[in-house]
Amino acid sequence: MTEASLAATDRSTARQPEFRQRNTAAAIGNWFSDGWITTRRNLIKIKRVPDILVFTTLQPIMFVLLFTYVYGGVVKIPGSNYTEFIMAGIFAQTVVFGSTYSGSAMAQDLKDGIIDRFRTLPMSPSAVLIGRTNGDLLINAISMAVMMTTGFIVGWRIRSSFLEAAAAVALLLLFAYAFSWVMAFIGMSVRSPEVINNVSFLVLFPLTFISNAFVPSNTLPTPLRIFAEFNPVSALVQAARELFGNVPPGSPVPDNWAQQNPVLTVLIGITALLLVFVPLAIRKFAQVSSR
Amino acid sequence: MTFIEARGLSKTYSPRGAGPVHALDGLDLVVPRGTVTALLGPNGAGKTTTVKVLTTLIRPDHGTATIDGIDVIAHPDRIRPIIGVSGQYAAVDENLTGFENLDMVGRLYHLGARQSRARARELISLFDLEEAQNRPVKGFSGGMRRRIDLAGALVTRPKVLFLDEPTTGLDPRSRLGMWDIITTLVGQGTTVLLTTQYLEEADRLADSISVIDDGKVIAEGTADELKASIGGQRVEINLVDPADAPVAFEILRRFGSSEPTGSLEGRELTVNAVDAPVALQSILAEFGARDIRLFDAGMRRPTLDDVFLKLTGHMATEEDQDQDHQGGKAGRAGRKKPGKESGKTATGADSGTNMANKDEVGAAS
Ligand SMILES: Nc1ncnc2c1ncn2[C@@H]1O[C@H](COP(=O)(O)OP(=O)(O)OP(=O)(O)O)[C@@H](O)[C@H]1O
Ligand SMILES: [Mg+2]
Repeated sequence: MTEASLAATDRSTARQPEFRQRNTAAAIGNWFSDGWITTRRNLIKIKRVPDILVFTTLQPIMFVLLFTYVYGGVVKIPGSNYTEFIMAGIFAQTVVFGSTYSGSAMAQDLKDGIIDRFRTLPMSPSAVLIGRTNGDLLINAISMAVMMTTGFIVGWRIRSSFLEAAAAVALLLLFAYAFSWVMAFIGMSVRSPEVINNVSFLVLFPLTFISNAFVPSNTLPTPLRIFAEFNPVSALVQAARELFGNVPPGSPVPDNWAQQNPVLTVLIGITALLLVFVPLAIRKFAQVSSR
Repeated sequence: MTFIEARGLSKTYSPRGAGPVHALDGLDLVVPRGTVTALLGPNGAGKTTTVKVLTTLIRPDHGTATIDGIDVIAHPDRIRPIIGVSGQYAAVDENLTGFENLDMVGRLYHLGARQSRARARELISLFDLEEAQNRPVKGFSGGMRRRIDLAGALVTRPKVLFLDEPTTGLDPRSRLGMWDIITTLVGQGTTVLLTTQYLEEADRLADSISVIDDGKVIAEGTADELKASIGGQRVEINLVDPADAPVAFEILRRFGSSEPTGSLEGRELTVNAVDAPVALQSILAEFGARDIRLFDAGMRRPTLDDVFLKLTGHMATEEDQDQDHQGGKAGRAGRKKPGKESGKTATGADSGTNMANKDEVGAAS
C-alpha cells in the first residue's frame, strides 16, 4: 500500500456522497436504480455461470423432443396430436421449475454472507428480491423462446391469434414470476440451497405430473384426477392450452369452475401469490442475517 | 463526545435442540467521536452480535443503541447511510469481480455511476488488488476476499466504521496496510469500532478497549489502564532445576507483591512487584546465596495478553493457581519469553505472525 494510494483515499473520502433521498421522486429513482443494480448482478451471474443457461435451454429442448418422439406415437389425442397437446404442459413445467432458482439463490446468498452486506447498505429492502426474481424472469423468458422454437420445428402450431398467444406467454411468465417470490421466501426461511433444490424437486415433480400437463386429466384414476383438477398447475396448463388454441376439439369440459375459467383462475392465483408473498419476502429479508 | 452509545443490550438465541444462548446480556458501550474502540473477548463472547446490532443486522431483545444521536433500532434506514461495515466473514458476491463488487456497493450507496467506478478503482489500488480486480471473487484467496470486503466498508466515507476482526487472515503486509488506513481515517474524523483477536492490534490502534465476556463488558479503559489494573510490573525467573521450585516460590512470594504463579513444569515462575528492579535484585541475591541456578530472569510489564487472560479467566483460574503452582496451559503459552518483551507480545499461538509484523515495521520505518 503506497503513499500515493493512501493519498488517493484522502482526496476521495473527502468527497461526501450525494445522498439523493430528500424527496419522493429521488426515492423512487433510487428504488429503480437499486432494482437495476441487483438485477445486473444476477445477469452477470447468468453470464459467468453458464451451466444455468445451458441447463435452461437444453432441458426444455430435451423435454420437447422426448415427449414428442417417445410418447407421441403411443398417446393418442382424439382430433389433435400429442405434440400440440403437451407443449402447454412442458411450458408450464419448465417455467415453474425455473422459478426455483430464486429459492436456492437466496439461500446461497445468505450462506455466502452477501445478504449482510446488502442489509447494511442504504438500499431499498425489496431491491435484492426484485433483482433476484427478475433474474428468474429472464431465464424463463429465454426458456420460453427456446421451447417455442423447438416446438415449431417438431410440429407444434399456434392455432389462435397472435394476441392470444402473447397472452399465453405472458400468463406463463407472470405465474412463474409470482412463484419466484414464493421460492425466495422459502429460500430465506430454509437457508440451505441443497435442501431447497431437493425439496422443490420432490414437490414440483408430482405437482406438474399429476395434472393435465402431459395427459388429459380425465384419463387418470379417480383420486389422481381429483387432485389434477384442483392442481393450480392444471389451471395454468389449461389456460395456456386455450390461449394457444391447442385444446383438442371435443375434449370433455371438467365440471369445476377453475378448469372452466382457467385464465381467470390463474390471474386470481397470480394476484394472491404476489399479494401474500411479496410483503412476506420483503419482511423476511429485513430480518435475516447470515450465521 | 459520545458517538455510539449502547445501553443494556441483550440478545438470546434459542437454537433448536439446545438450551438458550445469551449472546448479549446487558451490554453497555460508549464510543466517543473520532476514536477507535476495540472489543476484546474470547470466542462466543458476543463481539459479533454487538456489531450486528449496531449495524442494523439484528434487533436486540432489550436495550437501546444510538449512533450520532439516531436510534439504531427505530431508524435503521437513517443509520445505514452513515456506516461502513466489514463483518467477520467476507460478504462478497462470488460471481462478480473485485471491481464489480465494489462498484455495486458504490451504486447501492447511491453514488453516481462515474463516481462509483472511480471510487472502486481507488480502493482496488489502495488494497493492492490490481491483479485480481477483473477476476471473479470465486477464485480469490481468503485474504484477497477479505480485502475486497474491507474495501466495501470504505466505499463512501462513513462517519463510523465497524470492523469485525478486520485483519484475521491477512498477511503481515496487508495487516499493516489496514492499520495505516484505519489510522488515516481516524485522523480524518472517522469513528471506528473494531473487534480483534490480535491484542497487538488493539494495543496499536485502540484509544479505548472494552473487554467482553458472556455478553457483558467486564472491563474497559485504555490499554495502559487495563494493564495497570492487573498489577504493575512483574518479575519472571526460569529455573534450571525444577526441584528448586518450592524454595524459589517462597523467595518470590517474600519479595513480590502477589501470589507467584508458575508454569513450564514449575521451572518458570512469575510474581507481581511494586518496584520490580529492587525485587529482582533481592530475589537474585537470595538465589545466589542458596545456589539456585537460573536459565533466565527478568522484569516485564503486563501485556494485553495478561489482561485478557486474567479478566476472561481463560488462563488458569485463581483456585488453580492457589492449589497448584504449575499454572495453566494458557498461561504457559502466553509467556515463553520472560523479560524480553516489554508489553507488546501477542498470544503464543500468534507470536509467529506478530513477530513478522514487527520486522515489517522495522523495515518500513
Ligand atoms: N444465529 C445464532 N444462533 C444461535 N446462537 C448464536 C447465533 N449467533 C450467535 N450465537 C451465539 O451467541 C454467542 C455470541 O456469539 P458471537 O458471534 O457474538 O461471538 P464472538 O464474540 O463474535 O465470537 P468469535 O470470537 O468466535 O467471533 C455464541 O455463544 C454463539 O454461539
Ligand atoms: Mg465474532
